Amino acid sequence: MLEVKDLVVAYGKVKAVKGISFTVEQGQVVSLLGTNGAGKTTTLRTISGLLRPESGEIWFEGERIDRVPAHKVVMRGLAHSPEGRRIFPRLTVEDNLLLGAFARKDAAGVATDLERVYDLFEILRERRTQPAGTFSGGEQQMLAIGRAMMSRPRLLMLDEPSMGLSPLMMQRIMSTIRALQSEGVTILLVEQNAAAALKLSDRAYVLEVGQITLDGTGEQLLGDDRVRRAYLGED
Amino acid sequence: MTFFLDQLLNGISLGALYALIAVGYTVVYGIVQLINFAHGEVFMIGAFGALSTWIVLGTVTGGSTAWWNLPLMLVGGMVVAVLTAVLMERFAYRPLRNAPRLAPLITAIGISIFLQEFVRLFFGEIPGFPDAKAAIPFPQIDFFTGDPVNVGGVLVHRGNFFVIGALIVCWAFLWWFVNRTATGRAMQAVSQDPDTSRLMGIDVDRIIVVAFAVGAALAAVAGVAHGLRYGNIDFRMGFLAGLKAFTAAVLGGIGNINGAVVGGLTLGVVEAMATAFMPGQFGGPSWKDVWAFVLLILILVFRPQGLVGAKVVDRA
Repeated sequence: MLEVKDLVVAYGKVKAVKGISFTVEQGQVVSLLGTNGAGKTTTLRTISGLLRPESGEIWFEGERIDRVPAHKVVMRGLAHSPEGRRIFPRLTVEDNLLLGAFARKDAAGVATDLERVYDLFEILRERRTQPAGTFSGGEQQMLAIGRAMMSRPRLLMLDEPSMGLSPLMMQRIMSTIRALQSEGVTILLVEQNAAAALKLSDRAYVLEVGQITLDGTGEQLLGDDRVRRAYLGED
Repeated sequence: MTFFLDQLLNGISLGALYALIAVGYTVVYGIVQLINFAHGEVFMIGAFGALSTWIVLGTVTGGSTAWWNLPLMLVGGMVVAVLTAVLMERFAYRPLRNAPRLAPLITAIGISIFLQEFVRLFFGEIPGFPDAKAAIPFPQIDFFTGDPVNVGGVLVHRGNFFVIGALIVCWAFLWWFVNRTATGRAMQAVSQDPDTSRLMGIDVDRIIVVAFAVGAALAAVAGVAHGLRYGNIDFRMGFLAGLKAFTAAVLGGIGNINGAVVGGLTLGVVEAMATAFMPGQFGGPSWKDVWAFVLLILILVFRPQGLVGAKVVDRA
């Protein structure tokens, strides 16, 4: 479904991503793991068109998208919930969600999906006329995920959905990801919390300073000594 | 008391004119953090566009000044102003989107001079059009020009009805546009977070064009209002009006549409009051610009975010 080939991304002269390749198959949950500065966020921002790669190719559903501007990538069915949630603080919850569906023309479908998001996150329905900036981190994260769902993506990229959340809220987000997967949405997940991500993942890639150093199924990596030491905090 | 009400109304009407122009500064600033100092010229071009429309209509109507000329003149002025603003954005500002801030500022000055000289040198060259090297009389449209109307003892200049009415209509339209349409919602999103807006499928370039166009349309309305209020227009009228409107936008809090309206009205009323009530040599029309900019300096010192308040840093 998504194929990244020899991707190189640079900020000026500094290469943040140094030739990585990976694939995401239809229906899978795939994780990119790694420490800060490993290039995970840069990779997602390049896939969604916010950054231009220096070289390499990105293919989505058989079409090359690495030269497609960001606002057209989302129209192809690839949504990106960015790092730090980035909800629109001075707009209401409902306006935020409707912006997620900005590229869609089917008003009836949008209304259905709005209900679906409200059913999933009841708190959003209760507070739909409030400015999103007044929300707690967890609520903002639900809103960010809900907003990304509003474009009805076939591939959803989530950047650090658990950042700054309580363990309870984190559980909630992880079960939401599983629910989305069972609805047929493919998910590319970037996470600091490697243990939680690996439990969900069909496949995972470990990034270190812009290169993929390890890959395998979630289970394989959970059992891998190097991963356990570096990312799961065990000795 | 009557004199006071007279001056108050005068101030409100002047302020409404400023407000209509100020919205253009504030909307563009809100979206791209650019002060379009050539916006005053868009206002001037709008007035000339309306005048041209009337002259062209005149070839058929024989120079009628019936009220129905006004909507046609407004449309004509808006088309010319919007076209000017959109071309300006496309060819002068867009290539400088990521340039240092000084570059678009200098460009704005260049565009201003270009537009002023263009009108000065070429307007009169079009067959049937008056020479624009000095002030040109603006058509005296029925009802909105002529003797002042007596409203409860206060003599109201007829042009004031148009300016104040126009501000109310435009403000209501803007409120609806920004809060109730998908494009307006997208404008708010871009002003809060351009990158994330792109992830929503919003074409940021298109939204920037819309911002320029909306501002230009309102500036054209202001151009017509200016013509009706003062009876003539000239190629330099955009300079001071633009500067005042920019002041109004900053007074209210730049980036905030309601702020532009509040700032415009405040500035207009302060100017009118200072002209009428400042004692001795400090009153009168020659000092009114001084008081306008004194107000700007006071606001910048004591309330730099503006009267209504501008963008708040509240990103989580």
